[in-house]
Amino acid sequence: MNAPVPGFKARAHDKLNDAKIQRAMKNFNLAAARTRGVADLENLEDIRTAAASIRDHSLARLDLWLERFEQEATRRGTQVHWAETHDDINRIVIEIARRTAVKKIIKSKSMVSEESHLNAALEAEGFQVVETDLGEYIVQLAGETPSHIIAPAIHKNRDDVADLFVKHHGTPRKTDIGELTMEARKFLREHFLSGEMGISGGNFLIAETGSLFLVTNEGNGRMTTTLPRIHVAITGVEKVVPTLEDVSCIMRLLARSATGQSISNYVTLNTGPKRPGDTDGPEEMHVIIVDAGRTKLLGTDMQEALRCIRCGACMNHCPVYQNIGGHAYGWVYPGPIGSVLTPNYIGLENALDLPNAATLCNQCGVVCPVKIPLPELMRKLREKQVDRGLRPWQERLGLTLWAWAAQRPVIYGWLTGITARAGRFFGGADRTIRRLPGNGWTEGRDMPAPAGKTFRELYAKRKQP
Amino acid sequence: MSARDNILARIRSARGAAAASAQSDLAAIDGRINQHPVGTRPAMHWDQVPRFREQCVRMSSTVDEVASMRDVPAAVARFLTEQGLPMRAVAWPKIAHLDWTGTGVTVEDRPARGDDLVGITGVHLALAETGTVMLLSGVDTPAATSLLPETHIAVVPAGRIVLAMEEAWARTREELGELPRAVNFVSGPSRTADIEGQLQIGAHGPFRVHVIVALS
Repeated sequence: MNAPVPGFKARAHDKLNDAKIQRAMKNFNLAAARTRGVADLENLEDIRTAAASIRDHSLARLDLWLERFEQEATRRGTQVHWAETHDDINRIVIEIARRTAVKKIIKSKSMVSEESHLNAALEAEGFQVVETDLGEYIVQLAGETPSHIIAPAIHKNRDDVADLFVKHHGTPRKTDIGELTMEARKFLREHFLSGEMGISGGNFLIAETGSLFLVTNEGNGRMTTTLPRIHVAITGVEKVVPTLEDVSCIMRLLARSATGQSISNYVTLNTGPKRPGDTDGPEEMHVIIVDAGRTKLLGTDMQEALRCIRCGACMNHCPVYQNIGGHAYGWVYPGPIGSVLTPNYIGLENALDLPNAATLCNQCGVVCPVKIPLPELMRKLREKQVDRGLRPWQERLGLTLWAWAAQRPVIYGWLTGITARAGRFFGGADRTIRRLPGNGWTEGRDMPAPAGKTFRELYAKRKQP
Repeated sequence: MSARDNILARIRSARGAAAASAQSDLAAIDGRINQHPVGTRPAMHWDQVPRFREQCVRMSSTVDEVASMRDVPAAVARFLTEQGLPMRAVAWPKIAHLDWTGTGVTVEDRPARGDDLVGITGVHLALAETGTVMLLSGVDTPAATSLLPETHIAVVPAGRIVLAMEEAWARTREELGELPRAVNFVSGPSRTADIEGQLQIGAHGPFRVHVIVALS
């Protein structure tokens, strides 16, 4: 159910040749927005270090911080649930929905619920589920999945949206983006006012006060947690942060890294259900704390990945993501962080291509607000693939042969000499190899031919008087 | 074993903690919460009122300034007239009980519904750093008033403007001790860029946020 769609290479190839995707990806320039956004923080590096250290502090005693969160949240009337697996998440939500007899469920963004295919599970039980983040709503109408963690419909253009709205709203076709947004506002407002359960993600859990910390620009997070009579928040075990001051420090980087804003339009802390006399707010508030593979990273050389605050900066700066889009990655989290989280959450053997889907250029590492060494983690995952014998047999055989030769200098020199001369011969007059056998490398580019002599030969010659 | 116990046991074994609650670990947790240290921040050497106004504009709010709370109704009437908006609003009781006679604005003291067009609120505090108003939910301060209407007018007494979010937490602990059900930080109107990356104002929440700073 939760395995990734195999075939990364084929999908990447398709996306590269899909003119519509290529144009759509260029509509967004979130990398430039981030650059403008961080310009007013002269001590950006120190703040990144501080934010990383806050995340590390939480992860180092995660059990105790979670217990403290649970204790403080429970004291204020929040019901805390624990989900070990994706199936647990769906089961808990369905149980709450059944017990409280809700029919319509409105959702603000939750990537964890994408992991568990919660919408499908709820619909199978007869509940109506409406995504309310505009991008998520578009993706839901299209029957697709998000292709970016903060801009879910990055792969769609206005014509796609117009077609979907005609089909699902039965309204006259609009192509102006402003008019399309207003149409979505009108339809979703009805859902907000009639939704009986609101499901949200959780950007952070604050242990000090037992609060859920939620960030949105559209205001759908506020609607979802204010209007329906039941609120269920779903978030990962790693999202707990000690204090209000700690989350304030991280917030300074979250919006800047994501969209370049100094702060998101709506930052909301929900601490328990409706209080006596309140005219709004839910009668019940639930928080589901999810493991689903996360604790496997603790205490390993992958732990730093759990610092992630889901800003999307790594994918916005990734030359691979920017060319192939999020769907090519085949699971919930795309881009560099996806290439690290997916193999860790659902198994290295289920995501063989992902750690290799990077040039290790370190753009992602440089912009990550919590200093996750993403290229380093991808390199370690590549090593693990080799250690566990998960690479294709041709590659393993090739490396074995190369290692055998490399340990025998005479044979190695002889082989490289032949290769260099053959390369020069096949390069022809313009010294360019246009096609390498059995290898897709030259499909999209040419290879400069070797000069005809090996380094060792040239070195030996130069040493002669 | 419950899911909870299994998850916590996995975390403990990963960090090599035998006992559930070593005294030194618990002391570290309590210490962090009690001291709630302020992390590394940018330098913040600015005059709070001008900084707040400037940042409100940066977040696409509009700003007005009046001498005192008594001048707020006239400022609201002026704004609604200029914008061609209906002269009718719902407001928090404290705002509704100002003297609105002669302004031409009908103000109702009740929580907002889905079809109200103008909502007027006070604030708990406001943040100079980001041009943000901080609203607390409560019996007399319903959250819906700043959310459902197309226009949100926030009245900010200058004395309630603090430097940044950290100062807001310090003041809130001092004044209230506990957090209410909802703390809402609002910085400008609702927005989205989910279609082709083009910024649109008024996705689900208000199209307009108008901030009236009352100097005394």
